Amino acid sequence: MRRMFSMAVFALAIFANAAVVFAVQPGEMLSDPALEKRARTISSELRCLVCQNESIDDSDAPLAGDLRRLVRERLVAQDSDSQVIDYVVARYGEFVLLRPRFQLSTLLLWLTPVLVFIAGLTLAARAAAKPKTAPSTALSDDEKTKLSEILSGDHS
Amino acid sequence: MIVEFGHFALILALLVAVVQMVLPMAGASLKDERMMRVAEPAAVTQFILLAIAFVALMHAYVTSDFSVANVAENSHSTKPLLYKLAGVWGNHEGSMLLWVLILALFGAAVALFGTNLPPTLRARVLSVQASIAVAFLLFSILTSNPFLRLIPAPSDGRGLNPILQDPALAFHPPFLYTGYVGFSIAFSFAIAALIEGRIDAAWARWVRPWTLAAWMFLTIGISMGSWWAYYELGWGGWWFWDPVENASFMPWLAGTALLHSALVMEKREALKVWTVLLAILTFSLSLMGTFIVRSGVLTSVHSFAVDPARGVFILAILILFTGGGLALFALRASEMQSGGIFQPISREGSLVLNNLLLVTATATVLVGTLYPMALEGLTGEKISVGPPFFNSTFGPLMIPLLLALPIGPMLAWKRGDLAAVMQRLAFAVLAAIVAIVAVYAVGHRGPWLAPFGIGLGVYVMAGALAEWANRIKLGQASGSESLRRARNLPRSAYGTLLAHFGIGMLIVGIIATSAYREEHILVMKPGQTLSVAGYDVTFAGFESGRGPNYREDFADFDVTRAGTSIGRLRPSKRLYDAPPQPTTEAGIHASWRGDLYLVIGDSQPDGGYAVRAYFNPLVRFIWLGTLIMFFGGGISLSDRRLRIGVPAGRARRTIAVPAE
Repeated sequence: MRRMFSMAVFALAIFANAAVVFAVQPGEMLSDPALEKRARTISSELRCLVCQNESIDDSDAPLAGDLRRLVRERLVAQDSDSQVIDYVVARYGEFVLLRPRFQLSTLLLWLTPVLVFIAGLTLAARAAAKPKTAPSTALSDDEKTKLSEILSGDHS
Repeated sequence: MIVEFGHFALILALLVAVVQMVLPMAGASLKDERMMRVAEPAAVTQFILLAIAFVALMHAYVTSDFSVANVAENSHSTKPLLYKLAGVWGNHEGSMLLWVLILALFGAAVALFGTNLPPTLRARVLSVQASIAVAFLLFSILTSNPFLRLIPAPSDGRGLNPILQDPALAFHPPFLYTGYVGFSIAFSFAIAALIEGRIDAAWARWVRPWTLAAWMFLTIGISMGSWWAYYELGWGGWWFWDPVENASFMPWLAGTALLHSALVMEKREALKVWTVLLAILTFSLSLMGTFIVRSGVLTSVHSFAVDPARGVFILAILILFTGGGLALFALRASEMQSGGIFQPISREGSLVLNNLLLVTATATVLVGTLYPMALEGLTGEKISVGPPFFNSTFGPLMIPLLLALPIGPMLAWKRGDLAAVMQRLAFAVLAAIVAIVAVYAVGHRGPWLAPFGIGLGVYVMAGALAEWANRIKLGQASGSESLRRARNLPRSAYGTLLAHFGIGMLIVGIIATSAYREEHILVMKPGQTLSVAGYDVTFAGFESGRGPNYREDFADFDVTRAGTSIGRLRPSKRLYDAPPQPTTEAGIHASWRGDLYLVIGDSQPDGGYAVRAYFNPLVRFIWLGTLIMFFGGGISLSDRRLRIGVPAGRARRTIAVPAE
């Protein structure tokens, strides 16, 4: 719950109990540094289910601690990284993944950057290709004088 | 009594805003000068009334008047004065009052400083500005009134959430709101221009300073929030892609795009229609940010349901202004002519690329933020979109943006020569390569791509310097000539330079601290020593103390480096009195290399304490970079060519011409 940030100042009613900060406990850690490193990487991809948008690696909630231990148990049992993640997803659902899988329901999510960029590029190219006409609403002489006065900061 | 004055002033401000909304707009259509002239005094009056209301609420906080429900719910008599003051905006009702106060401040500023705007445009701008005020004042008075009394009054208040009792966070909301709300001016100008049916380079020149000011405050506001999270939340993180963060980041991205497109419009009369659209979208994103945070819809569906009146009200405001703005745009945009033909490889072309990438990035953050809610609403399927998603989508979009960043300002308008520019950037490319090689040589750990990220940041920093060197002909002309040129370079050029340099620093800081952070989690007993990134950290002991409204347990760590004492770090745990809530305070030793960052955890059965020790290399570059960006904006804003309506000062430059 400690992921209060930025304007969370105003959302404080929602997060009344925040900020005891100690996620990964020394006792939980694996003695094999390579395995522990994998556990940390996997943990940062998994959501603490009772928190706001917080990974189990960052959360001090008891449930997050359970999940961290679960991940480490699976790793000790020789699971590969993706097997561990599959195992957790099978138990807790897709909701647990902070990086949603690329599938039909997340198609739009993942393709947004590409689609928006291509759409923008197309629009820009079309606008550039269109023959330009001179601005029809030219300034009157009066306005021109006024404008240059303004721009030079010399009006009075 | 003072509270009732404030309450009365708030309601009066609404009535003044209604007048300011109706009369000048009608006057502009009817060509009735008397009606149009209502706008300025109304805007100033509205601001004064809201200032009275705000001061009245602040008075209630300072005197701990717990007969005011808002004070009783959010303050406490033992709270330090600073947090009593900051407590005014540390809650929903008070923060909305601050929102409308800043909105009115901007309106009053336009009324006072916009004296040489065309009268109809000024009347319409102030009228649109007032319509936003009407919406939010109604919201405040009807659903979030901070002046409601509580009878009988409780003997003491409930207190402010302790983790919010922090200097950086005390000033974070005013800065952030100034940024958010500042974009309302760009919006009002855009709507007014659409109603007028015409728009020209002068429009962009009028809008740019306001946008720049808003952008500056948003930059520093976001940065302060991040800084606070870094040292207060206690695990050294500084950005989490949290919905509330994204809410402030989206207007920042769009506002950055707007600053750049307005530049093209001002200098070259191109991108007019696009700039108007961007102005509408930027403020719409500010409104959406307000909606996201205020309704609580994204953080929890429940908090939305608890008080649907507020959420629905803000949603209605959002739809009204965004929808109305876009509809007006759809109706009138075709009437606007765009001039300024240019080649793809040109200053304009580079700014179009800048806009394309920034808008794509904004859309990515927007969709990522709203997608889980939309999907759940449509299909009932629950997914999470967290930092890993944003890092792998937003990150790659920044690479071409940063690569193009130093090139753009060096390209000529209309048609640029890329090869010549690359030649002038040879220094920046060389600096980047040196940085990449150096990082590979030193940093043996970390992802293999990280050195390239650092190289990219260095390239942007060096690129900014190269542009400066190029513009003053450093090494090409005589020293005195270069000096003369450096002095004559407009302040806006220095502003650009600093802002771009700051971005480079920010990138270096982000990559360095993300990729090369050192972390130790362990149990330490008094007397034990830990070695972190060249520091020797010895746990000296535990000590208890008391602050003004909390109890505090310190862990003392003596830090030495290569045998020399650096000093003592005291990470601590606090327990606040009201509300009774624990917080952790990190012990931080800052140096140019990075931060040594210690956090103390729970005591262990064997007599030791859980300790987290980090070394965050170059992490200060993150906030230093944003600070430089802020100052860059300020210097640019102080350029007299941007200040409209200020009487002529000394040493006037020649009439500013659109193209260079």
